[in-house]
Amino acid sequence: MDMSLYPHAVAMSADEFMTWSDAIINDLLSTGTKKTVDKLTGPIWAWGMKNSMHPLHWGLACCALEMAAASAPRYDAERYGMIYRSSPRQTDILLVNGWISKKIRPDLRRLYEMIPNPKWVVAMGECAISGGPWYDSYNCIQGLDQIVPVDVYIPGCPARPDAMIDGFMLLQKKIEDYFRRGNFMED
Amino acid sequence: MAEVYQSPSVDEIKQALTSNFPDVEIISTEERRVKAKCPREISHDVCQFIHDNLTFEHCSVVTAVDYVDHLMVVYLLANYYNGVMIDLNVDVPDDDLHIACVTDIWQGANWHERETWELFGIVFDNHPRLERLLTPQNYEFFPFRKSYKMRSQE
Repeated sequence: MDMSLYPHAVAMSADEFMTWSDAIINDLLSTGTKKTVDKLTGPIWAWGMKNSMHPLHWGLACCALEMAAASAPRYDAERYGMIYRSSPRQTDILLVNGWISKKIRPDLRRLYEMIPNPKWVVAMGECAISGGPWYDSYNCIQGLDQIVPVDVYIPGCPARPDAMIDGFMLLQKKIEDYFRRGNFMED
Repeated sequence: MAEVYQSPSVDEIKQALTSNFPDVEIISTEERRVKAKCPREISHDVCQFIHDNLTFEHCSVVTAVDYVDHLMVVYLLANYYNGVMIDLNVDVPDDDLHIACVTDIWQGANWHERETWELFGIVFDNHPRLERLLTPQNYEFFPFRKSYKMRSQE
């Protein structure tokens, strides 16, 4: 339930507000408790999650330099709430920026499994998308989507910080949609 | 064995190598470069001589070349004092890929030899730790061989 859709609610008296909100909640509860909780808390979750995107601080290759540049004063990704955390338990986004060698493949999958649900995966740069310059190499994975499901692809070799921030803006929409869809209680 | 040169000239290197090792063949020389070929049996002795008597204290590269019918190990050895480099080539037959390890002479050759082993499959005898370095332990092929084909080349 998005309160911005009901601007007149602010102008109501206390009694009017109680009757109005009781009617709305009773209406919702008739569809089931889970859905009611989803509908009421979804926007709050979406607002919280999309403004505090915590990617895993895991620089693999040269795109990690662009990741660092995006955090630097010129682009300052932190104003969108992107704070890099070093432990997968404290993150909700797996940002893979660079080639994935066959030796690191099991560790990457493990990091993905360690991130608590709900989680998103961002493939940044050509190497993570398709292997890039290492396409058909003997020691590189041909695309991140072969091992983990990917939500957003950020092309570029390496991707510029603005491209990366744009990708994360798209991911914000995706996060918002995820919670608006109301499958939080289903999990 | 012979006298010790600290900064040998190209001619002195040529002279010292051929007089001490008749089997060593000097292929070509350029300014500050000597290209030599030596049989596999004496490769360790030649390297020891180059290190001790010609004062080549740095082993830049150990790598290999695949000539399909045989492989060739390439050592690039450098002298700090006058900048001369020796390009030492050692042929290894295809059916017996063994060569003496030079890690006891130059410690820096350790990882170069491991990498040459994992990419070409050349076994360096008496190497302290001949394991795969960058590829997973379960690889059973040697990717830099000519016989290894990429998916697009098949």
